[in-house]
Amino acid sequence: MSGRLKLTGQVVALTLVAGLLGLLIWKVVHGSGTTAQPKNFDLERIDGRGKIELASLKGKVVVLNFMASWCVPCGQEAPGIERLWQQYRSKDVVILGVDTADASEDARAFIRKHKLTYPVVRSVGYSLWGPYGLTGVPETRVIDRNGDYAKTQFHGAVSGPDLKAAIDQALRS
Amino acid sequence: MRALASLLAVTALAAVAAPAALASEQHPTLAEIEPEVMCLVCKTTLDQSDSAFANQERTLIRRLIDRGYTKSQIKKKLVAEYGPEILAAPPDNGFNILAWWLPIAGILAGGVALGWLAWRWSRGRRGPPGELPSAPLEPDVEQQLDRELARFDV
Repeated sequence: MSGRLKLTGQVVALTLVAGLLGLLIWKVVHGSGTTAQPKNFDLERIDGRGKIELASLKGKVVVLNFMASWCVPCGQEAPGIERLWQQYRSKDVVILGVDTADASEDARAFIRKHKLTYPVVRSVGYSLWGPYGLTGVPETRVIDRNGDYAKTQFHGAVSGPDLKAAIDQALRS
Repeated sequence: MRALASLLAVTALAAVAAPAALASEQHPTLAEIEPEVMCLVCKTTLDQSDSAFANQERTLIRRLIDRGYTKSQIKKKLVAEYGPEILAAPPDNGFNILAWWLPIAGILAGGVALGWLAWRWSRGRRGPPGELPSAPLEPDVEQQLDRELARFDV
């Protein structure tokens, strides 16, 4: 009887360990690791004018600017990004703001305050933070015409000249 | 009598606590909500943070309180704005329900295991009265015992 109970205990313990291991593997496979290629998304525009899917922009250089209205450096870099948008919007370049970890009302106020005309989509929660390797905001990712990450990426606030150089480089590649 | 007193005490406690809980649900204060939601950027509950994100979240909560939202409505709105990660405790539905029930199941299983071990231990210590050990003696010990006992034979 005692031996049988011991065996049952061992089986239960092994099953638990196997289950936890399975969960760990699932988390690693489907989890929040940075992906080699930019993860596709299909997000609502903050101005309510439909959705934008990243995959639909293939063939163009895409600048993803992850931002939030409460973030002070986001406000500092916004005018420079807007100027680049005005300069490059007719040259196969799309600048896309991705508002994240933010209240929608405040995000709309931020866009009005900084007179942003480039499209801004809204990402609720953390689903893009892992795949894009975000550790905070602002962060900027440049994607080339093939849909791959360009050579230069930006962590933290980006200056207009630096982003311009990265866009030019991506356009040439 | 004792059971009746306990029942009365529990009922009295419920009578006092229920209106307070209802008031908190209907007319919540910022202080009541802060420990129940997270500051996403700081990874702490809102009451422990003073970051820019936390201040925005507080402003939003105050705005919703002023608009007459209940506590549940405020949490729902926060989830819609920031995602489910904003809640300090996981919601009690779907896969998240495991987070609520696994600890309870663990405590129950631990209790059962402890009870069983205690029962087994107490049975092992307390054999039937007057019963002698059943293990046979070594032959030389048995012979020596016979010799010793023979000295007392009359």
